[in-house]
Amino acid sequence: MRFPLFAALSLLLATPAMADWSQTLAEAKGQTVYFNAWGGDARTNAFIAWVSTQTEAQFGVKVEQVKLTDTAEAVTRVVAEKAAGQDQGGSVDMIWINGPNFLAMKEQGLLHGPFVASLPNAQYLDLGPASAATVDFTVPVDGMESPWRLAKFVFSYDSAKVSETPETMAGFVDWAAAHKGRMTHPDPSNFIGATFLKQTLIELAPDPAALQQPVTDAAFAAATAPLWAWYDALRPNLWQAGASFPASAEVQDQMLNDGEVDISMSFDPASTAAAIKAGSLPDTARVFVPKAGSIGNISFVAIPYNAAHQAGAEVVANFLLDPATQAHMQNIEVLGSFAVLDAGKLDAAAQAEFAALPTAPALPALADLGPVLLEPHASWMTRLVAEWAQRYTK
Amino acid sequence: MSRGRALRGLVLGVVGLGLIAPIALGLGQSLQAAFGILPALDLRVWSLEPWRMLLAQPGFGSSLQLSLLTGLGSTLIALVLALGFCAAGSFGRGPGRLRWLAPFLAVPHAAMAVGLAFVLAPSGWIARGLALAFGWNRPPDIASVHDAWGLALMLGLVVKELPFLLLVIASGLAQLPVARQIAAGRALGYGPGVAWIKLILPQLWPLIRLPVWVVLAYGLSVVDMAIILGPSNPPSLAVAVVRLFSQPDLAMILPASAGAMLQAALVVVCIAALWGAEAALRLLGRWWVPRGGRGMSWAPGLRLASGAVWALMALASLALVSLLLWSLAWRWSFPLIWPESWSAAAWASPSATWGAALYNTVILAAASTAVSLALAVLWLEAEADLPRAPWAEALIYLPLLMPQIGFLYGLNVWFLRAGLSGGYLAVIWAQALLVFPYVMITLSEPWRSVDPRLLRVAAALGAGRWRRLLGLRLPILLRPILTAAAIGVAVSVAQYLPTLFMGAGRIATLTTEAVTLASGADRRVVGVYASLQAALPFAAYAAAALLPMWWHRNRRDLRGGGV
Repeated sequence: MRFPLFAALSLLLATPAMADWSQTLAEAKGQTVYFNAWGGDARTNAFIAWVSTQTEAQFGVKVEQVKLTDTAEAVTRVVAEKAAGQDQGGSVDMIWINGPNFLAMKEQGLLHGPFVASLPNAQYLDLGPASAATVDFTVPVDGMESPWRLAKFVFSYDSAKVSETPETMAGFVDWAAAHKGRMTHPDPSNFIGATFLKQTLIELAPDPAALQQPVTDAAFAAATAPLWAWYDALRPNLWQAGASFPASAEVQDQMLNDGEVDISMSFDPASTAAAIKAGSLPDTARVFVPKAGSIGNISFVAIPYNAAHQAGAEVVANFLLDPATQAHMQNIEVLGSFAVLDAGKLDAAAQAEFAALPTAPALPALADLGPVLLEPHASWMTRLVAEWAQRYTK
Repeated sequence: MSRGRALRGLVLGVVGLGLIAPIALGLGQSLQAAFGILPALDLRVWSLEPWRMLLAQPGFGSSLQLSLLTGLGSTLIALVLALGFCAAGSFGRGPGRLRWLAPFLAVPHAAMAVGLAFVLAPSGWIARGLALAFGWNRPPDIASVHDAWGLALMLGLVVKELPFLLLVIASGLAQLPVARQIAAGRALGYGPGVAWIKLILPQLWPLIRLPVWVVLAYGLSVVDMAIILGPSNPPSLAVAVVRLFSQPDLAMILPASAGAMLQAALVVVCIAALWGAEAALRLLGRWWVPRGGRGMSWAPGLRLASGAVWALMALASLALVSLLLWSLAWRWSFPLIWPESWSAAAWASPSATWGAALYNTVILAAASTAVSLALAVLWLEAEADLPRAPWAEALIYLPLLMPQIGFLYGLNVWFLRAGLSGGYLAVIWAQALLVFPYVMITLSEPWRSVDPRLLRVAAALGAGRWRRLLGLRLPILLRPILTAAAIGVAVSVAQYLPTLFMGAGRIATLTTEAVTLASGADRRVVGVYASLQAALPFAAYAAAALLPMWWHRNRRDLRGGGV
């Protein structure tokens, strides 16, 4: 199944005949791309609105964000369209996607592509077989989705109220016992809640390598036994004695702001600094990660097989990979998301642009964030969430 | 006469094909999926597997129990309080006096829920008041929202349904000779409250039975309010079903469809139970009324009910005020009662695209209300000659009694096949499914109570059918028609699932934006959308109240009544 290295290289080296790309550009002109993206983050929404102004000015392609509460809504919509036999002119042009949603669409043949290697700006990506840009939750991307932003799991806290933070995931048990009711996590049916469990699973699993393979009953039992022991020790000291959980990390951020809990979490290291700027967290809020590192992954955009504006979507995906776009995105005053490009492939001017970006007290440097831990295979997340529900939903 | 018959047939046809058929088709699609048929995933064999998967969902039993408890509980509490309030105030309180209810009636469920969540939360307004009194510096670790029993959700539903029931009761009372009968009862020595219960209530019930059913069906299947106020682990059945529909694993559409069917069955069973209770109470009444108790001891209980109504409406006012305050606050941290710094950023920031959302909301509300109102007028005019069969009447209310999640997924598949999904037309159509019944509920009684002698006089003077309608009936009914329109606007503005499903998410309204943003962190931005969401229907109500007053400024008898 793995995307053969030589094929990737040959596609890259053959530079997607400039003629093809100019044809795509011509076709895209005048199109409006319906970008289905989770809409719970005002800064991301504003960034997408900025993207639209740029692509319209440069390529005549407008971007209209369809704000989702859950990415699966877009997946369901494509399924409904397929059910109705609408194999062309579909309403979803592009989806912000990764992990299980990508796996589901890829397996059902609901995606357009491979298209990534034909994007001119793919030259700035590390498309090697083990690179984070070619593997999504250990599932090979096979050119069916294009990277756009880096995500890394971090915790946030109010440094005015909390002096010491746990150094390991195991350390959360003692911390919660000492600060009863001051810590919680989003419901695991939410992406961040599931990530909290996965982060611990990676730290506690006897054989972390097994997590990179599709899950089996035996592997699951062996790998998760320490996790559940840890969780059973942690849960009684969680907020509301672990009987109830916030629906999302954003709700938990609000609780951190309200002082209902002392710790929140995010998949975006810059979100705390940005929230301070926006007045939605106290100035003293800061970020921490476990010493052994935290889960990181890349957010992608994919194009459904029946999208009405595939050319336009490819133009937008390409624009998102432009070094100037990525530098703008990494600017803490804009979005603060780390770029997905391979720094070694950028020219001096682009590198200088990245080096000149402003900073903020609550914004961690990439070096402070510790090693990147790989996402387990997507099947682990599904299984983990189901098992958590079995155990703790009565 | 034959022209009348043609009109009847035409209107019934439009309602049948336009409103009922889509729901039936949607239900059919979901029903198939509930039994394993989903051609999109190449599933073509009947099976009970979806039901087994549904039953195996963790916390399924608790979800079901929770839905029953919150749906039945909130309906009964709201009903008892509303009846108690009206019984306690039975001396001389005309329906016009209920005009203060309009803002509570107008505000969509989601906006009310967001406001209540802040008032009730452990770090919310009430807790901040207590913190000030007791010197807390941290919010208490208690579950005052999202509690496992669904009490906060029940409270939210009661707060929202109470004004609706009060309005419905008031318009029912307007058709009964209340003052005369109460006077007769008092003359026989009955306490005013108990005279109301023994004399008026049995006549009132048939007039409010259907709206009570609607409230019950809504409470059993509410989604947006349950997400914001209800427990999450497990959530109520309707939320659990919506979650199943949005699983990345596409095969979960099957148990989700089974859940949607179960949700529909739950509503049917509960309505049947209410009907049974009604029959039992009727028997009980036959024993209770002839006993002749004068019921002087009832007064405190009734006063308690009115007190509770006032308290709940005060809570609702706090919730609405908090929305507006949050939209204008910059920092407002615990335990401050009042924001520490102010900013108009939430209203003015470039990412605030509320202008477009407001525009869409207004267009959709105007169109779906206009379509529904026109259809309702034609429907009622067509029955002028001879009344419709009860089944035709009952058909109209099907969309209100059927949980939306039960038919929307299937309906969307049909709309897609017809090439309709994703546009304004599809959303207007889907919204009209739900706006039309409310317009009918509001308009039919005033319509039928127009003095027929007026129309007969007009006919005798040679006025034809259309002239009687346009020149006489509609002007007389200006106030109720505008009230129906205002309710139509409020219903349209509040629609979440139909707008989302049928608009393919492309048509952003104040409500879809507010619910999406409520899943994000920024209470201030949510405050902007929720405030607008509440303001728009309120403006419609205000117009409905003021316009007839001006129009009929020199027609005294047409100015009273209505809300």
